[in-house]
Amino acid sequence: MKTKWYIQILKYVVLALFTFIFGYPIFLMITSSLKSNMEIFTSPLSLPSSFLFENYLEVWEVVDFSSYIWNSVIVSAASVFIVLFVSSMAGYYLARYRFKWNSFILLFFMIGLMLPMRLAVIPLYMMMMNLGLLDTLFSLIFVYVAGGIPFAVFLFYGFFRTVPQALEDSARLDGCNDFQIYYKIVLPLMKPAISIVAIVNLLNVWNDFFYPLIFIRTDALKTIPLGMLTLFGEFDTQWNLLFAGLTISSLPMLIAFLFASRQFMDGLTEGAVK
Amino acid sequence: MSSQINDNGYFQKRKLRKHMVHLFLLPAAVLYGVFQLYPLISAALNSFYSFNGFDKDQFIGLKNFIVLFTEEPYKSTFFNAFKHNWIYFGVTVLTQLMISLLLALIIHSKIKGKELFKSIFFLPKLLSVIVIGFLYSLILNPTRGALNNLLEAIGFEELTRPWLGSMDTALFSVIFVDSWASIGFSMLIFLAGLQAIEPEIFEAAKIDGANWFTVLRKITIPMLGPSLLVMSVLVFIGSFETFEYVYAMQGSSGGPYYSTDVLTTFFYRLAFGTTDGGQSIGLGSAIAVILFIIIGLATTIMLLIFRRKDFDR
Repeated sequence: MKTKWYIQILKYVVLALFTFIFGYPIFLMITSSLKSNMEIFTSPLSLPSSFLFENYLEVWEVVDFSSYIWNSVIVSAASVFIVLFVSSMAGYYLARYRFKWNSFILLFFMIGLMLPMRLAVIPLYMMMMNLGLLDTLFSLIFVYVAGGIPFAVFLFYGFFRTVPQALEDSARLDGCNDFQIYYKIVLPLMKPAISIVAIVNLLNVWNDFFYPLIFIRTDALKTIPLGMLTLFGEFDTQWNLLFAGLTISSLPMLIAFLFASRQFMDGLTEGAVK
Repeated sequence: MSSQINDNGYFQKRKLRKHMVHLFLLPAAVLYGVFQLYPLISAALNSFYSFNGFDKDQFIGLKNFIVLFTEEPYKSTFFNAFKHNWIYFGVTVLTQLMISLLLALIIHSKIKGKELFKSIFFLPKLLSVIVIGFLYSLILNPTRGALNNLLEAIGFEELTRPWLGSMDTALFSVIFVDSWASIGFSMLIFLAGLQAIEPEIFEAAKIDGANWFTVLRKITIPMLGPSLLVMSVLVFIGSFETFEYVYAMQGSSGGPYYSTDVLTTFFYRLAFGTTDGGQSIGLGSAIAVILFIIIGLATTIMLLIFRRKDFDR
């Protein structure tokens, strides 16, 4: 059966409409970031008449953007790396060693998957205050790592169970100890799981606004999303700067997506379905 | 004799190695236990205490909940916000799921440029929710914003309005922005579900002369059951956890006149804000517990349904 031609046309019309709906706001953000404040005001929809990269330089000067970016990079890299390391070990442990308490431990991690972590922010705030970690990047890293662990443990647990035991048995006969088996034999087979966990956590951490809002006060310690709050608070009439700030915050992930769109889309989907 | 000592040494080494294995679990369990599980339990317990600033004062049983449900101004603020969370869920589940299902069906059918369209629809998911919130506060601005300017340019001047500033449209505008950001992701979930359906089933239906709509109703939607369920629960959780969009576009008191206030913004004001008495840690914890219960129930129901499906197979 062939699809009728007008149905095909209708499909493309719908797709074009939604391409506009999803693409235009982002396109508008980028083009407006290259206009002067006056031009945004007089002709908000037209393409920029000239490319004003000064907006970027200015936004870099009026707020501490280089610190924001640096902080975001440190927090994201540390959180993602620690989540990968500790969760893959725990997932391996649960999949490979049969102790009586394994199902209890799975349940223990399951609680974190089921409940909204951010509502535990009051005790977390007090804890960070008592530990002297309030207003430090460590507070963020600890929270993101703890928040990323349950999902990552379950994902790694699922993946490790698909690796045949025979592989490890032969490595053990060749004299590898448990850690070597995990590190040299099994982990390299985990690339799909590693990329899913890394992408899901990277997007979460890089884009999170909630915990910085509550934990961070010092301007030089703000991450990019919290830096946006400063920018919007202080320069709310200078739209050229606001659009430039929004564009700078979004570019790293948009560029990463350009190079690894499949990994991003597959990673997030599998992350949710698994 | 010497061989026995060696055997003992070997045995002890093995025993040691057996215990060393627990080091695999330890870091994850400690980090998660200290920085997630303990605060969760602590948040639940705090709801039974009164507070002096951030210091626990005394055990007061269910008083925080009673105050929240019966005493003004907390009572009306609470139920007003609670109602908005339900509207948020109702509208999002309808629009977001319908649009993303439609897009998934189109992309799954015979068309060119599948990957390109998929990528474009997915783009918003890459941006920070706060960036999206701020971006739309500019786009929806009544005088300078792109939306009203666009409407004027194409001759729909009577449709222009202060989208975020009017009580009639503010909540729906926030929900629209949330949907805009989330549709690409739910579309991907539906696409994964569609790809899992064997094409033979559709062929058989076509041979039997079923039209497109019958196939959709009798085959596609039932086969997508698991994805629909996952997405509905995710939307439900998202609707009760939503914070950033409201905060970025309408401020922490969910303006105008609390018309976009939700439980998380009320929670935020109670715990960290300066209005509504500020520092009302006990009441804030009570809201956290109510949300734990609502969200925990939703996830449990979803897990139970999946468990049963696994057994059926």
